Parts: sequence; C-alpha cells; structure tokens
Amino acid sequence: MNNNIDWKKYLIVLLITVGLFVTAIYLSNYFGNKKINQLKTIQDKIAIDILSSETQFSLLSELSCKSISDSVFSSELGELGSKLEWSENNLGSVDEVTYLKKYYSLLQIKDYLLTKKISSRCGTKSAFILYFYTTASNCSLCGQQSLVLSTLRTEYPELRVYSFDYSTDLSAVTSMLQIYKIKDTELPALVIDDEVLTGFHSLEDLETRVQESFKLQEPTTQKVSIPKNK
Amino acid sequence: MILVMITSFFDLIFYILIFLSVFVQVFFLVTFIENRKKIVIRKGRITLETYPSVTIVVPCWNEESTVEKTVNSLLGLNYPKDKLEIFLIDDGSADNTLNVINKFKDYSNIKVFHKENGGKFTALNLGIQNTKTDFFGGLDADSFADPESLVRIMSYFEKDPNIMAVSPSVIISSSKNILKKAQKAEYNMGVYFKKMLGFLGAINVTPGPMTIFKKKVFDSLGGYNHGHNTEDMEIAYRMQKNHYKIEHCNDAFVYTNTPGTTKKLYKQRLRWIYGFINNTIDYRNVLFKKQYGNFALFTLPMGVISIFSVTYLFSRIVYSLADFIYSKIIQFGTVGFTFKVKSFIFDPFFINTQSFIFLIFCIYFLVIFAMILGRKMTEGKWGLSLDMFYFFPIFSIVAPFWLMKAVYNTILQRKPAWR
Repeated sequence: MNNNIDWKKYLIVLLITVGLFVTAIYLSNYFGNKKINQLKTIQDKIAIDILSSETQFSLLSELSCKSISDSVFSSELGELGSKLEWSENNLGSVDEVTYLKKYYSLLQIKDYLLTKKISSRCGTKSAFILYFYTTASNCSLCGQQSLVLSTLRTEYPELRVYSFDYSTDLSAVTSMLQIYKIKDTELPALVIDDEVLTGFHSLEDLETRVQESFKLQEPTTQKVSIPKNK
Repeated sequence: MILVMITSFFDLIFYILIFLSVFVQVFFLVTFIENRKKIVIRKGRITLETYPSVTIVVPCWNEESTVEKTVNSLLGLNYPKDKLEIFLIDDGSADNTLNVINKFKDYSNIKVFHKENGGKFTALNLGIQNTKTDFFGGLDADSFADPESLVRIMSYFEKDPNIMAVSPSVIISSSKNILKKAQKAEYNMGVYFKKMLGFLGAINVTPGPMTIFKKKVFDSLGGYNHGHNTEDMEIAYRMQKNHYKIEHCNDAFVYTNTPGTTKKLYKQRLRWIYGFINNTIDYRNVLFKKQYGNFALFTLPMGVISIFSVTYLFSRIVYSLADFIYSKIIQFGTVGFTFKVKSFIFDPFFINTQSFIFLIFCIYFLVIFAMILGRKMTEGKWGLSLDMFYFFPIFSIVAPFWLMKAVYNTILQRKPAWR
C-alpha cells in the first residue's frame, strides 16, 4: 500500500511555502521603502526649490521678475500629489506615508503663499484653488470634485490647485481650515479668490470662476509687467 | 470601520487561498524532484514475460462517427490477439452506432452487445458481468489507443503485483482550433500532475479511456455506480477508500477527442466538477483521515482549494472591473469625455509591489513549469509552446463559470446533462 504519509515532506513543503511568503513580504517591503524614499527625495527637491525661490525672491526683491518666474513653479508638486495618493491606496496607511502627506500639505501652503506673492508683485498670470476634501466614506462627492479639478488643471496649466485632506493633523492645515471656516460636514470645499464654496461644483461652474479669476488679474498684469529693472 | 474590517477579512481569505495554492504547487514540485528518476519514457516496443488476458469494453452511445476508429485502434494494439477480448456495447444509441459496430461482429475476439439506454456505467457493468479475464478496462468510443499503450500498462502490473489499476496518459488527438490547443496544453499538464499523484498514491480519477483494472476490484467492490455522471471518478474514490493501489503509466498514450466549442467544453467540465464536488461530499468521511493517505490529505483538499481559489479570484477580478467601470461612468457624468491625452510616461513607481503580486507570479511560474514538464512527458519536447499561451486566457475566463455553476447545481441538487 502506498498510504504511508510522508509527514516530513508535508513539513518541508510547508517550510518552502512559508519561505516564499516571507520572500514576497520582504520584496514588497523593499520596494515599498524604495518608493517612500523616492517620495522623500521628491519632497526634498521641492522643499529646496521653494526655499531657493523664496531666498531668490527676497534677494532680488522686485529687481527681476523675469528670472524668478521660471524656476518658482515647482512642477513636481503635482507629481508628488498623485504618487502620494497612489501610495495611500496601495501601500496602506503606513506611518511614513501619513508623515509625508503632512509634509506635502506644508509644501503646498508654502508654494501657495510664495506663488501668490510673486503673482501679485510680478503679475504672473495665475489662479489658485484651495481644495479641502476627506478620504472618509461619507464624502462621496469628494472623488467627483477631484476629477473635476484634475480636468480643470489639464485645461488651464496656469491654474494651481492645492488639495488638503481635512483630517491632516498639522497646525498649518488647521489654521487654513479656521481661516476659511471649513467644517467637515460641508466637504468638498473650495476656495477661489478668497471665496469659500462648499459642496460639489461642476466643471462649467468652476471654469467660469477660473476665467474670471484670470480676468481680474489682467489690469494688474499690464501694470506690473512693465519691466522695473533699474 | 466596518468597511475596513470587511476589506481586511477578504484580504485574509485572499492570502490564505494564495498560501494554499502555493503549497499545492510546491508539493507537486517537491514530489517531482523526489521521483524524477522514476519517470521513464519508453520508446518503441516492449515485451512482457507473460501476457495476461484482458477484456476491453467500448461503451457506445451515439458514437457513429468515431467508434470505428476506436475499435480499429484496439485491433491495432501491440498485444496478442488471443489475449485481448473486445466488447462493443451499444447503450441504446439513437443513431447508426449499432450498424457500425455490427460490422466487427465476425472478428473472433470481438463481441457486440445491445441494450436499452441506461447510462455509461450500466454499459460498463454489462461488460464486467461478461468478463472472464483477470483484467478489465474500458475505452470511451471517442478515444483511440496508441498501439503500445496496453503492453506498457500491463508491464506495471507485472512489475508490482499490488497494483489494482493503471491509468494511461490521456492526450488530445487533434487540436485544430484555439480551444482545443488550450486543452492540449491542459491535458499535457494533467499528465504531469497525474504522474505525481501516482507517486503519492493519491489518484482520484481512473479515466474512461483505457484505465485497466484487475477484475477482482469489481468482484470485491462491486461494479460501476452512477457516481453523479462521473463513474470513473467514483470507482477511484471507492478504490482509495479500500486502499487499492492505482498507478499512472505515463508513457501509455490514449488520444481523446475534446470539445471543440466553448459550450460543449463548459458542459463537459460542469459534469466533471459537479462529479468531483458530489463524489467528495459522498466520501466526506475519508477527508483528512490519515489512514487514507495523501488521497485524503492532499488530492481532495487540493480540489476543494482550487474551486475556492478560482471562484474567489474571479469574483475579485469581476468586482475590480465593475468598480473601474463604475468610476469611469462617474467620471463621464462629472467631466464628460476628455480627449486630451495626457503624455504617458512610464513610471515604475506605479507598479504594484504588494506581496500577493510576487506570490501570484510564483504560482504562475510553477504552473508553467508543470506545463513544460507535461509537454516533455507527452510530446518529448522541452520549452514553451503556443498552446500554453492560449491556455491561460481561455481557462481563466471560462473555468470560473463552470466551477460556480457546479457549486450552484450542487446546492440546488440539480444534475447536469451528459452533453
């Protein structure tokens, strides 16, 4: 009879299977860490960019608006945003991701303040939208609002959208929420030209507002765009 | 919170199923490494010391187009004519089968029987009742035996007197369309798995095409049962329960006709899986009992695991797909079609590197390895073939349906038709 069970074999197979699992988990962690490191690198680069622009701005003051406008718009901010969002969904709510998200929010605020300053002084054509959302399941419209905003962003490259997770545990974000009096029951919320809009807003609606925002700048643009180089 | 718990519950099940699937594939691999030297593929004719008498029964039910070829393949077997008795049994065919088989009735070693339709197992039992030889086998009327198959099978009985049944390698006779090519890869892989189960003493099917039994199996265990339309599975279960040894003769080839359309394949597989589920339910008291060996600890649980895994994985894919389509509909509803193509730059950052991805790769790798070995054992060639390429997409799309339908039918106790 061939019915003697080779328990040793079952054990060996079990060990190999466990081994394969451990390897898979190790590989997953390895690549996960690599991704987090990549995020950190991008953030550091953005931080340096912003800091450098700030410094450059204070150094040259109003001397040369031309030279500053190219370098200041950190294009990586958008890339970082999408990578962070992906990481949040796929790497799980790892502490590092939460931490990086905080850092990202801070960088966004800094970028916002700096760009706004440059825009008003040098008259670069730009419009800003501050977008407050939550990943909690009670905000079904947040996903749709995000879609509208990303479409808008591709249509208007000069438009700068800064998105903030309501639950971000960061005093700077909390201050923003307080300034604009945003409550978690009214999400998604948008701020365009210091006007707070709560609830979902369609693409057409926002498009007109953004165009208006650009128009408002036009007179100032003409005024400030005269080179002031001494 | 509840949603998170549900998600992690499903993830847990997912990982458990992956773990078990990896375990099964590694088990086969280890069995292969252990026994690789014992796999012999003989070329050319062999001779036996003695040639025991064998009766081969061909049960026919509406097989007018193939039965002649089947009988001719038996007449062409490399086995002494006086030691081989052939019974052609017409199981109440409605077509011209009886006339076709009557053409053979003048052969000295062929007997033709006609009976009322009662199902394949009744035709086989009629054959058993009339068998006077020590060995008995069946050959489905849509299959053709290789000339060397019987003598190679009989050499196993000569080698080990404890063996009670030997099954051959069932492979595909012709593969004209993609569906048949996909099945060809599957059957070749099946030869490898079957051989491994043979080493483990854990074979659960003694297929209709040319499995040869010692007649005393039926004398002591009784004839074939209906076995939920899979009588060749039920008899194997019964033999395993009674500690009868079943071997697989990998170099005895029997060519079979396989369904050429998805609908026919679906019906065939539905019957097989339904048979597996219901025979396993009937023999549930065998499950996990160590006295029944690897059959109870490996083969049966493996079958159950594969049904669960495929069904689960399929549901997961369907769910993701539905979710994706839903999000696209929402997107369309909110922003309309955006024709602006974003410049697509491949960024390795977005490659999913969750651990299950590596494990699924691992499973695929082991399955492909099994296919390569199966191909080597049947076609004698190493390497990948186009047939394997067809196998994965076709079976991953169609198989979940017959699996789920078989489970559904079992729950409702509906019996699937033969074809």
